[in-house]
Amino acid sequence: MSVKALEKVAKKFASEVIDKHSNAGDDTLIVKRAKIKEILKFCRDDKELKFEFCMDVCGMDYLGYPNQDRFEVVYHLYSVTHNHRLRIRARVPENDPVIDTSVDIWPGTNWFEREVWDMYGVKFKGHPDLRRILMYEEFQGHPLRKDYPVNKRQPLIGPQN
Amino acid sequence: MNRQDMNAFGQDVYVTRADAAIQFLQQAINWGRKHSFFQYPFVTACCGMEFMATWAPKYDIARFGAEFPRFSPRQADLLFVVGTVNHKLAPYLRRVYDQMCEPKWVISFGACASTGGFYDNYATVQGIDTIIPVDVYIPGCPPRPEAVLDSLLLLQEKVMKERPELSERILGPQQIEEARQHRAMGGQS
Ligand code: SF4
Repeated sequence: MSVKALEKVAKKFASEVIDKHSNAGDDTLIVKRAKIKEILKFCRDDKELKFEFCMDVCGMDYLGYPNQDRFEVVYHLYSVTHNHRLRIRARVPENDPVIDTSVDIWPGTNWFEREVWDMYGVKFKGHPDLRRILMYEEFQGHPLRKDYPVNKRQPLIGPQN
Repeated sequence: MNRQDMNAFGQDVYVTRADAAIQFLQQAINWGRKHSFFQYPFVTACCGMEFMATWAPKYDIARFGAEFPRFSPRQADLLFVVGTVNHKLAPYLRRVYDQMCEPKWVISFGACASTGGFYDNYATVQGIDTIIPVDVYIPGCPPRPEAVLDSLLLLQEKVMKERPELSERILGPQQIEEARQHRAMGGQS
């Protein structure tokens, strides 16, 4: 159903697209991070796409994958008007983990982006209030990164290890 | 005067009449306390559902005199830690505990509160006994209401056995020391 939407976005931003697929009906577009804001804005505003609803923003850590940037920020979009969905994944390199914020497109992504920052350490440029949301301020590092030691504990009180 | 006897509550051995009187008073107070816990429910996760079930009419914790929750730690003497406690929350749990007046008891409700449960990860406290002292642990994920009531009975038993601290509070430490010396002399002679 949303293959059409996928094709439309892919065609419009052909130079940005790294890959696309529709595995099991999940239409996914993998893009470079540079124009992510324009892509998302286009998805929201285009009459045929009308993705008014950004259901989730999450992070991915592809540590150890060859020939690929380490991080990804994943946007799950849903159109209430047309009842279709699209997933957009933007690649973010490890040495400069920054991507433009989408808060001014969907205000609801504010806390999602804070979570991605908290868990993966990807910074969102232009975010109004980029603080940790789940962990405490004293926490060192980003726990969902694949190189965060699985046994590392950082209690505020109680025994350290 | 040496005397071996049972008190009115079926418990043992006193040396002097003064001791016996103190013990009797303690027993009476303990008996009152064990039937009137005022608990502070520190409910953080799914175990809370079983906690509510225990409070509801079917299992009816009011039968044991512990049905009245106080939502201020200053008015409570039994801290129920129900559910997962993470490191972000841990300082507040400690603070709640510190605000409670003596005498106070703690029940650790469920696998998470007792050991961290299956959340062996960066975020979760691996057992609240790393932060505060615990009197009774309830196993289970979540524990059945029967287990909760059982823990309450265990705690009642424990309260019934409490002695020295209480008498210090009734008479002051000096008299207790006198009584101890008295007893020691009685033992020697
Ligand atoms: S012990 Fe089980 S039921 Fe209780 S809080 Fe932990 S996960 Fe939930």
